Amino acid sequence: MPSDAILIADGVHRHFAGVTAVDVEHVEIPRGRITALIGPNGAGKTTFFNLLTGFDRPQRGTWSFDGTPVQGLPPYRVARLGMVRTFQLTKVLGRLTVLDNMLLGSNRQPGERLRNALLGVVWKKQDRTDRERAREILARFKLDGKADDYAAGLSGGQRKLLEMARALMNEPTLVMLDEPMAGVNPALTQSLLGHIADLRERGMTVLFVEHDMHMVRNLADWVVVMAAGRIIAEGTPESVLSSEAVVDAYLGAHHDTDLRSLIEEDA
Amino acid sequence: MDWILNSLREIITPTTAAYALAAIGLNIHFGFTGLVNFGQAGFVAIGGYGFAISVTQLGLSWPLAIAVTLLLAVGYALLLGIPTLRLRADYLAIVTIACAEIIRFTLNSSAFASVTGGANGLYNDYSGWITGANPYPQGLVHLGPWTFTSTDLWIATVDWAVVAVVAVGVFLLIRSPWGLVLKGIREDEHAMLSLGKNVNLHKLQALVMGGAIGALAGILYVQPTSVQPFDFASRMTFNMYTMLILGGAATVFGPILGSMIFWVVMRFTDELVNAGVDAGLLDNATQGSQLRFVLVGAALVLLVVFRPQGILGNRTELSFDAK
Ligand SMILES: Nc1ncnc2c1ncn2[C@@H]1O[C@H](COP(=O)(O)OP(=O)(O)OP(=O)(O)O)[C@@H](O)[C@H]1O
Ligand SMILES: [Mg+2]
Repeated sequence: MPSDAILIADGVHRHFAGVTAVDVEHVEIPRGRITALIGPNGAGKTTFFNLLTGFDRPQRGTWSFDGTPVQGLPPYRVARLGMVRTFQLTKVLGRLTVLDNMLLGSNRQPGERLRNALLGVVWKKQDRTDRERAREILARFKLDGKADDYAAGLSGGQRKLLEMARALMNEPTLVMLDEPMAGVNPALTQSLLGHIADLRERGMTVLFVEHDMHMVRNLADWVVVMAAGRIIAEGTPESVLSSEAVVDAYLGAHHDTDLRSLIEEDA
Repeated sequence: MDWILNSLREIITPTTAAYALAAIGLNIHFGFTGLVNFGQAGFVAIGGYGFAISVTQLGLSWPLAIAVTLLLAVGYALLLGIPTLRLRADYLAIVTIACAEIIRFTLNSSAFASVTGGANGLYNDYSGWITGANPYPQGLVHLGPWTFTSTDLWIATVDWAVVAVVAVGVFLLIRSPWGLVLKGIREDEHAMLSLGKNVNLHKLQALVMGGAIGALAGILYVQPTSVQPFDFASRMTFNMYTMLILGGAATVFGPILGSMIFWVVMRFTDELVNAGVDAGLLDNATQGSQLRFVLVGAALVLLVVFRPQGILGNRTELSFDAK
């Protein structure tokens, strides 16, 4: 069991017209670690993300981030606490440049307040700092060449990268990535892996949803498994990925996926 | 030749200026923030009536009348925005058009005729503050090939000065970080929420600002004429959308150019139709005025086909699917 948890959720329940999407008794996300949230399609992973970040409301449940209760807060307040998420279906700001996308990731810009908007002296300095930081992060993600292009012109994989890069503008405490690797080509996957591991080195906590078991095994310190809305297992990647219950949960949902061989071959 | 000169004269008329200003306001909603406001005419009506009633019936001085009118517009924007902006985009569209029509019917109704003048509107007894300060010589003033009455030219001068100041202000606001947040909201509200932006607050600010600019336009709009409830019909809002499309939405100067082109084309088709009636090609003026809108529609179709981004718009920006 994790000793120091950054996020603790209790009794979180969400159902849609009779379908139970999330029914989590208790879960803790360890601080400063990389946690993978896995489970078959429709397990409720995205819904759980939506609930935790305020994008959706549960029928009941409480959770706290870094000791602060966050249930009921609007999503922008959750983000400002340092809990930043990305989306399974990437959300880039298409008709803005890549650099503008990055600038919007910053929450330190006083010029975003209407009363300061016309006072360049108040915001120019922060603007310079943010631009510098944006270019630095873009370079890390190999997007610096695209800084002045419209985000809508990026490829699917590049959008995933941009969304992740943008989430880092504020140096969040907890980064929640919903399938960051989906649609990213294998060559890029390796570098994305590096980026995510790098977040941990920089002291951030990462919670990510992923279907690729190689990725989970390589990256995660801790794995939480969801099926049909419930947490059915958690533990280190080695213990979880060899558990019968987990394999059954996957095979139950994907009769055509030979997960067992995938896991065994990897081990 | 006269046709063309008469049409080009529309470029600087007070009506063109007032529409340009209201369209700048609407562009803050639609072009920059992505808010669909189908009732900008309601804000313009509040401007025109608010000012006229404040001056003639409440006896307020003009600066106070402008302040009261703008406050009224701010209140109206909050009333529309607070309940609807948190909902899906379509609700704002429905509520704005419905409220604009409610305003117009109320102003038009005989129930409040002692204040609003009902269907007759209000006689112009409120523009003394502007005409009294007229520095131009009395009578007719010649400007290039055109002749204006001294009063009209003076009002046009004041109007365009206001348009210029507001346009520069909006230009500076839009290129500030605040303006960038508005554009981000236009692109994707959820992404902006995930980045910690108070989306509803920014949308409300945009709605209030664009609405107040619409009301200011209403004040200008009624200075050269009387106040007529019929002027504030939904057609006024849709004309403004036409201007945005013509000039290029999401550009600061697009609405101004759009208003100029719109009124030039309206006048030109008018002249064309009149010539047709005179030459016996068209039966009567009624048929002619209908034909005029057909011609304007055809011109708009040509524009959308050949320059869909509007005249000042950016083509690459449009080549991406919205969102
Ligand atoms: N807005 C909604 N309305 C109705 N049902 C929903 C809604 N959102 C999610 N669900 C249901 O809740 C369940 C969980 O969905 P969710 O998207 O959280 O799954 P997931 O674990 O993210 O799956 P995937 O791996 O395919 O992304 C599904 O059965 C889904 O149909
Ligand atoms: Mg999902």
